[in-house]
Amino acid sequence: MSNIDSTIRKVLLLGSGALKIGEAGEFDYSGSQALKAMKEEGITTILINPNIATVQTSEGIADKIYFLPVTPLFVEKVIQRERPDGILLAFGGQTALNCGVALHESGILEKYGVKVLGTPVRAIMDTEDRELFVQKLDEIGVKTIRSEAVNSIDDALRAADRLGYPVIVRAAYALGGLGSGFCDNEQELVTLTEKALSFSPQVLVEKSLKGWKEVEYEVVRDRFDNCITVCNMENFDPLGIHTGESIVVAPSQTLSNEDYHYLRKLAIKIIRHIGIVGECNVQYAFDPRSMDYRVIEVNARLSRSSALASKATGYPLAFVAAKLGLGYGLFDLKNSVTKVTSAFFEPALDYIVCKIPRWDLGKFHGVRREIGSSMKSVGEVMAIGRTFEEVIQKGLRMIGQGMHGFVGNRPIDITDMDRALAEPTDKRIFAISQAMQAGYSVERIHQLTKIDRWFLFRLQNIIDTSRALSNAQSLQQLDADTLRSAKQQGFSDFQIARCVLKDSMTDAETANLSVRHLRKSLGITPVVKQIDTLAAEYPAMTNYLYLTYNGSENDITYLHDHRSIVVLGSGAYRIGSSVEFDWCSVNALLTVKQQGWRSVMINYNPETVSTDYDMCDRLYFDELTFERVMDILDLEQPHGVILSVGGQIPNNLATRLDKEQVNILGTSARSIDNAEDRNKFSAMLDRLGIDQPRWRELTNFDDIHRFIDEVGFPVLVRPSYVLSGAAMNVCSNTDELHRFLRLAANVSKKHPVVVSEFIQNAKEIEMDAVAQDGEIKAYAISEHIEFAGVHSGDATIQFPPQKLYVETMRRIKKVSSQIAQALHISGPFNIQFLAKNNDIKVIECNLRASRSFPFVSKVLKINFIDLATKIMLGIPVEKPAKNAFDLDYVGIKASQFSFSRLQGADPVLGVDMSSTGEVGCLGVDTSEAILKSMLSVGLRIPQKGVLLSTGTPKQKADMLESAQLLHKHGYRIYATGGTHRFLNDNGIPAIRVYWPSESDMLPQALQLLHDKEIDLVVNIPKNLTPTELGNGHTIRRAAIDLNISLLTNARLASAFIRAFTSLSVDDIEIRPWNEY
Amino acid sequence: MNSFQHSVKCLNESFICIILFYRMHNTKPAVLILEDGTRFQGKSFGYDTAAAGEVVFNTAMTGYPESLTDPSYEGQILVTTYPILGNYGVPPQREKDDVSEYYESDRIHCRAIVAQDYSWNHSHWQADRSLAQWLKDEKIPGIYGIDTRALTKHLREKGSMLGKIIVDGAPDIPFYDPNRENLVAKVSCKEVEIHGNGDKTVVLVDCGVKHNIIRCLTRRGVRVVMVPWDYDFTSIPYDGLFISNGPGNPDMAEATVANIRKAIRIGKPICGICMGNQLLSKAAGATTFKLKYGHRSHNQPVRRCGTDQCFVTSQNHGFAVDSSTLPPDWEPLFINMNDGTNEGIRHKTLPFFSAQFHPEASSGPKDTEFLFDEFINML
Repeated sequence: MSNIDSTIRKVLLLGSGALKIGEAGEFDYSGSQALKAMKEEGITTILINPNIATVQTSEGIADKIYFLPVTPLFVEKVIQRERPDGILLAFGGQTALNCGVALHESGILEKYGVKVLGTPVRAIMDTEDRELFVQKLDEIGVKTIRSEAVNSIDDALRAADRLGYPVIVRAAYALGGLGSGFCDNEQELVTLTEKALSFSPQVLVEKSLKGWKEVEYEVVRDRFDNCITVCNMENFDPLGIHTGESIVVAPSQTLSNEDYHYLRKLAIKIIRHIGIVGECNVQYAFDPRSMDYRVIEVNARLSRSSALASKATGYPLAFVAAKLGLGYGLFDLKNSVTKVTSAFFEPALDYIVCKIPRWDLGKFHGVRREIGSSMKSVGEVMAIGRTFEEVIQKGLRMIGQGMHGFVGNRPIDITDMDRALAEPTDKRIFAISQAMQAGYSVERIHQLTKIDRWFLFRLQNIIDTSRALSNAQSLQQLDADTLRSAKQQGFSDFQIARCVLKDSMTDAETANLSVRHLRKSLGITPVVKQIDTLAAEYPAMTNYLYLTYNGSENDITYLHDHRSIVVLGSGAYRIGSSVEFDWCSVNALLTVKQQGWRSVMINYNPETVSTDYDMCDRLYFDELTFERVMDILDLEQPHGVILSVGGQIPNNLATRLDKEQVNILGTSARSIDNAEDRNKFSAMLDRLGIDQPRWRELTNFDDIHRFIDEVGFPVLVRPSYVLSGAAMNVCSNTDELHRFLRLAANVSKKHPVVVSEFIQNAKEIEMDAVAQDGEIKAYAISEHIEFAGVHSGDATIQFPPQKLYVETMRRIKKVSSQIAQALHISGPFNIQFLAKNNDIKVIECNLRASRSFPFVSKVLKINFIDLATKIMLGIPVEKPAKNAFDLDYVGIKASQFSFSRLQGADPVLGVDMSSTGEVGCLGVDTSEAILKSMLSVGLRIPQKGVLLSTGTPKQKADMLESAQLLHKHGYRIYATGGTHRFLNDNGIPAIRVYWPSESDMLPQALQLLHDKEIDLVVNIPKNLTPTELGNGHTIRRAAIDLNISLLTNARLASAFIRAFTSLSVDDIEIRPWNEY
Repeated sequence: MNSFQHSVKCLNESFICIILFYRMHNTKPAVLILEDGTRFQGKSFGYDTAAAGEVVFNTAMTGYPESLTDPSYEGQILVTTYPILGNYGVPPQREKDDVSEYYESDRIHCRAIVAQDYSWNHSHWQADRSLAQWLKDEKIPGIYGIDTRALTKHLREKGSMLGKIIVDGAPDIPFYDPNRENLVAKVSCKEVEIHGNGDKTVVLVDCGVKHNIIRCLTRRGVRVVMVPWDYDFTSIPYDGLFISNGPGNPDMAEATVANIRKAIRIGKPICGICMGNQLLSKAAGATTFKLKYGHRSHNQPVRRCGTDQCFVTSQNHGFAVDSSTLPPDWEPLFINMNDGTNEGIRHKTLPFFSAQFHPEASSGPKDTEFLFDEFINML
């Protein structure tokens, strides 16, 4: 007798769309697992997810994939077409959940007889609506944070008076704490409430419990009422910092048995009462001085934390949750690690994991660096080890921001240490380090940070060890015990070298190698351990591994038959490198395996599919540093290593690995260096007669001016040492140049700056290709919608190109072939071109897979990574018969921005990348594809009024046709001074509105935004220099904060306006990928 | 600087180094030696002495104060697979209503404790001393710096075995096999004790009872008459019989089994936990056997036989009941979902049942505490 519901034969899964802050790669992982679970049951699966770079939207994962927005409108259309029996709402984050609730409430699911699998919608709503939630938990006497739901600012003020400041404000139904924050006084409350009300009709005002511990439990329940808690986690940062912004450890470290099981029992009581079927997480605030608690929230779906818990324990939460949704009991399922024991159990960890968020706040202009109750981080890492010191140091290296661990870093600028400790920013952990080095006691730091003393004591151990190391005068003087205990506390060879050699360390690479040789000669090497869910109690055939110095024996017996291939992953998601490289890594692993080799993965990002242990033959969940990669290669002795599918992190290791005689598969390290080194690459282009924008590496202002005299403004300026803000800038005049170079960067002999000619109104073109022995086997040329000046990662990309001259294409192909041949490329590569009137210039060349590989692979339906991997394995490949000219459809890749989460940041696009994710949609023509993709990244078609302020005369002219279209389609056009005049002159009626600086004039643009009279803002900055103050910034920011669609690029705005005026949403074709 | 000054300077530096080192690890080398000759080198953090016993591992991630004071660990050296030990210190040793408030008995029963990493600094509002201090106060050795995963795998493959810990400087001692001793007799109370009050009287046979069993019973409003393991309780009037957990080999407690047989004939409700399950089974006519390495953890899944109800349980036992030897009027009540071993029995018609796991938890999950209610409801 089976417990499964046999009427469910076809299931629709909602994905989470583009990666954004608060909703990132974890949902690719959970969705992929759920689809896998369905497939195992022989159920047909339909996926809606416009995120084309994900693994779940690849061939063979779902039966049908729709690259469409995850909104009720489109989901209904897909339901209509597909008539699924069931729908899964819990695997696509808040986006899918909100969409599912809306479909339920509007009766669509009932109308089409679609059954919600797993947790019923009623239960979801009980957890999402704060008032219902509090009521629900009141019924069973479980304490929640005292909060009052309000619908207006006045009510919020009254509620705060009753509760007492400080209070926390949150928007209901918002993902990752969007629009929430702390308020110490009335003024702050008014500002924040208004913002929160713009995201949600309901806002909650709560008493703040700053300083309490924050603890989470991941709970699973089946329909037979059997419950388990798979994992608990404790935040290093006390309550007040969003769990996505906190350093988190699993399992909890400072809870006694009584504490642990008290909260565990409560979690089970809650999940039973709410009626979850599947997985949910329960977040607690826990008093550090008693057993008092409050439930912060319950997420009735897979979450960031559940993805982390899956990786932390080896328990496949999403997979199990999907099976429970079909009707299985936990007792029906097996532990997927041991394969023999039951899935009804709670993993026992014999290691500790530490998650650390990765922020990229430096990429934004004007953003506030304080972290708090709303999420700002763009990615995360997870470190595994057997002491807290080991995992925190590993983790701090993994976040990849130039830090070497807890000590041994270049000091950060701290003007007020007490403040740096008490008011957390993205750098607080390093402030703690510097405070300890400056003699702050654990107690004092505890008072300032409220971080539990236990964590601080363990951090103090690291400082003590660094001092012990510093006492040695030379590496030879280090005794084995000190060296070993340093390694047990997670010190890297570099940190040890720096502690011992101090300023006398001239060459880091040599010093690292000396420490490496020394410790190897003393027999101090890491051991490899398995994650087996049962702490070694049962034999497990697990391939999920990590390295530690806290152990004396390897869990693995190595064959050393050189039949394995190591693929290096992409590390933490960050701006510029995210799920697209995970797709590349996963595909490389699949091909490696398919070709009869053992696939080995190294990566440490818990949000990824590549770190799912059933994707490869061996997973090392560990660092991608030279040191750790060499440790693993020493153990593994593979046939070779693939560096070209994980983005820049593995690519950067090429030369050093090559020096150690590592067999790098594909393009040689020397060629990689020739492409990466600006001077060598430039010389090569000159030799080949290939044009490039003029550039020079300069060390003083006189030379910079002389060069600019030659090429003219604007110029692109890239300092080698950045003090603050973005690493790259376009300067249009001397003033801007000076401001940027004086305030933000440092120019000297030691810190040269690269100045390049900046070509305006040029097209930017991408060449993604795969070559074998220097001959191109497959390629894809795509064009940017925006002109050059918008970072390629932020640009809207069209493939196949629709508006390129054939001659341009031909030249690009020719130049690419020349470069491929000159660098003797074997594997994936990407070249970026500028094109103006058929003249093409090369701006960049990467001898690795690029961000657009999944996009072009899926549009063209040729898997470039599969091809590249075969080439790297030395398998001869044929040129695919198909090319882009054969396609009778268009793909548009559009970028997702997360400005709404980055308070204060200027939502304008520039030469530095700021998008957090992307979508890719297919259409019969550009307009249809643009419309789908723009709606997928959250833009809405305006219903009322459009505000135009369109920058320079040239840009105004570019926008004229769009303004006419808007007018023709009955939109009310609002325009600021210059734009208004321009439109009038051209016979387009528009309503003049005033800038914030013209405060005595009416109507005010800002007021119209607040009144929701305007539902699309097109604001195009006059020049390319972002300013933090000024009218444009205020308007753009208001649009973001009030959740109004905003476009800041004339060409993209035109394309979007053209699309929605020529095509109604109902005209959009609902067609799955396989039918294109 | 002359060479003398130079060497003084060097000495000073190394002295500073030593002080620093000692602040971090004020420890002596110590070694764990197993009866098969395997040695694990570590460092001492408890009382500097030698200790011998049966080496067992527990995969729980919390609960060392509870485990150390659990009489079922009598004669055993406890290996914790969770690598970091001592984080939250130790709660005070005090009594509430005649039983220990936070502990499971009034002293440490483990012979020694073994971990990967010891946390020299602890942090918890309830703690009044560190684990190291407690071990020193109770003269129990603790050893850290040992690859407890490797050790656990060794025990898993070879089965539980004898071992001894020798802290540097302490004299060597012989191996000691606790299973050859009547440990139940050793840890049981010597006189009858009365706990709590209420209309109903429960006789609690103390085979090495955990204090939380007493707390769980008295909290439910019954009078508990706690008797020594070999006490003939049939001479006193009672409404229900409860047989506690306890250490070692159930075959050593024949006296208790004989009394339970009498109780079965009396017919009043009977409940047993852990050793209690084994003794009730033996009284019913079944046999027990020694598991290869026992169940010691907080995550043992059990299923109530004939139902879809599953529970995560806390366990600590090295022997198990052989279900196939149960007489026809008895049946298994719970089964282990991992290895299929017996986790409890019941009589098909009469109010007798027992559980191999620990419904009183402490340490571990409290999911099965309802069994106490089921027992009390039978009275």
